[in-house]
Amino acid sequence: MSAADVAVRPRLALSSNFQQGLYRILAAALLCMVLSGLSEAFMTQNNILNVLRQTALLFLMASGLTLVILTAGLDLSVGANIGLSACLAASVIKTSDSAVLGTATGIGCGMLVGLANGALVTALRIPSFIATYGMMWMLTGITYFYMAGETIHGFPPAFRQLGIGYLLGIPMPIYVMLLFLAIGTFFAQRTVWGQQVYAIGANPVAARLSGVPVPSRLVLVYTVSGAMAGLASLIILARINSAQGDIGEDLTLPAIAAVLVGGTSLFGGSGTVIGTLIGALILTLVLNGMNLLQINASWQPLVTGVIVLLAVWISTRTRRMNE
Amino acid sequence: MSDAAAATTALPRVPGVAFALIVLCTGFAVTSAGFVTPTNIANILVQSTILLLLALPMTLIIMTEGLDLSMGAVLTLASIALAIVIISTGSFALALLAAVAVGLCFGFANGLLVSVLDIPPFIATLGTLGIAQGLSLLATDGQSVVGIPRSIEGIYSGALVGVPLPIVIATLAYGATHVLLYQTRFGAYICALGGNREALRVAGISVRGMLILVYLFAGLMAGFAALLMTARLNSAHPTAGIGMEFDAIAAVAVGGTSFERGNGWLFGTLLGVLAVGVLRNGLNLLAVPSSAQVASIGALVIIALFIDGLRREP
Repeated sequence: MSAADVAVRPRLALSSNFQQGLYRILAAALLCMVLSGLSEAFMTQNNILNVLRQTALLFLMASGLTLVILTAGLDLSVGANIGLSACLAASVIKTSDSAVLGTATGIGCGMLVGLANGALVTALRIPSFIATYGMMWMLTGITYFYMAGETIHGFPPAFRQLGIGYLLGIPMPIYVMLLFLAIGTFFAQRTVWGQQVYAIGANPVAARLSGVPVPSRLVLVYTVSGAMAGLASLIILARINSAQGDIGEDLTLPAIAAVLVGGTSLFGGSGTVIGTLIGALILTLVLNGMNLLQINASWQPLVTGVIVLLAVWISTRTRRMNE
Repeated sequence: MSDAAAATTALPRVPGVAFALIVLCTGFAVTSAGFVTPTNIANILVQSTILLLLALPMTLIIMTEGLDLSMGAVLTLASIALAIVIISTGSFALALLAAVAVGLCFGFANGLLVSVLDIPPFIATLGTLGIAQGLSLLATDGQSVVGIPRSIEGIYSGALVGVPLPIVIATLAYGATHVLLYQTRFGAYICALGGNREALRVAGISVRGMLILVYLFAGLMAGFAALLMTARLNSAHPTAGIGMEFDAIAAVAVGGTSFERGNGWLFGTLLGVLAVGVLRNGLNLLAVPSSAQVASIGALVIIALFIDGLRREP
């Protein structure tokens, strides 16, 4: 077992990531400057808190996904998982009137879906993009079937604090974001398991030969991705105070975009959790700016699609140049 | 290797999907009285034609170890283009041209992204899915496009010497794809693209060009499928074709085409399309909501891939 050998690589990657991270922070700062020039509403306290809240939510969805993409996998079921978790949690909160039980349901459902993804990818050896794509449609179907067109709304105030509450003038989701940023970064950079995740993405065969238990680490990252989707679903519920079958629709593409814009390579092995935070911030700034400039919301999937393609193209080029 | 695994390896592809079809048909024949009637069987066949038009090129794409997630969104956008052009000009030819042009543009874009820019197909087409969906919403403002001349309905409900027109179109498409895949050099290259890309390169064939052609073919078929879909609904709607790519992928997977080695089988896809069609039709007759149908097709795909995985076992 040579986890120590494995540990060397990502440390090196971190320093080269540092420069890339700086570019991205500069890009975000530039976006802020442009937007504050274009719209008076941008630099208001209200809007900035709004951007941060939105970033926090996108980051939570994308943080678990980051680990999956670090292993050179993909989780296309994030949005559908959020949909099912939110709807189940909503109905548990409604029937039991217990925020705790609802929270457990949301996170538990997300985790189970993630575990199922992990099983499909490892035990059945189905390529991750197709396994999670099948899962996505299964979850969408189950969610619509379960909800049967109904809307569940009106949750207890204690639960809603998670989405709309403030602590010291800062929205609650931002604390949740910072907490998971710390946990995620510590896990990825400072633990053996985290380093093994990088090793699997960089070279699965080498990782296996040097004693990394590849299947169980893969199951772990898909489960984490599912659990984070479950957590994100709770924050969405608490904020919008209602749940419908289509609640998770159109969330997968932005989550993938945040990870890729954040500099995590689709080919695995390089990237950081904090990069995903910057990616989420950049994407949120773009979408928020479009809102402020009163650009039709129909442009959003189009712009997100273009951003995904650009980010992957850049990462493909960098990879080719490194070879 | 265990005996069970040996037996599975020895299974040729034919029984797999044929078995699924037989199980589905028997199951529905027993549970639903309206299943085995001439009208219903004709229904299944006609309703499967749109799916077949998408599943044929999807087979070729998956044989090149690719994937096209944008197909449903491109189908939708092509259908909207067709509806808008036929309403504003009244010309059927121009409208069909518009639908095919939309398909070809996206096919070309997908091909470029996958081959020249070297972006993995599933993420490239996920990006173009977003673009096509956005354009559909922009073009329609989220509303249905209605007021299409009645005559276009005839394309879906009409018949040529007793055979429904959609079936004529689908048969032509199947025949053309069969010839393309099995009788031409292009088809041989497609097979090589999946299993042995390097050999193709060494032989001096432009891999990029071939990939672009494959995705262009998908765009072309999506254009024709848009014609059938618009005629069937007699309108175009920005969400009408969403998820169709999943049914197509399901049909290809159930039909026994492999996602990793590029082994494909066109007739298997035809049977896979029928299996998906029978499943949807049968569940419809049993009054199962369409949401549960989607879930069961998801399960069908995972089962098919699981069996494919067993075959791959060393």
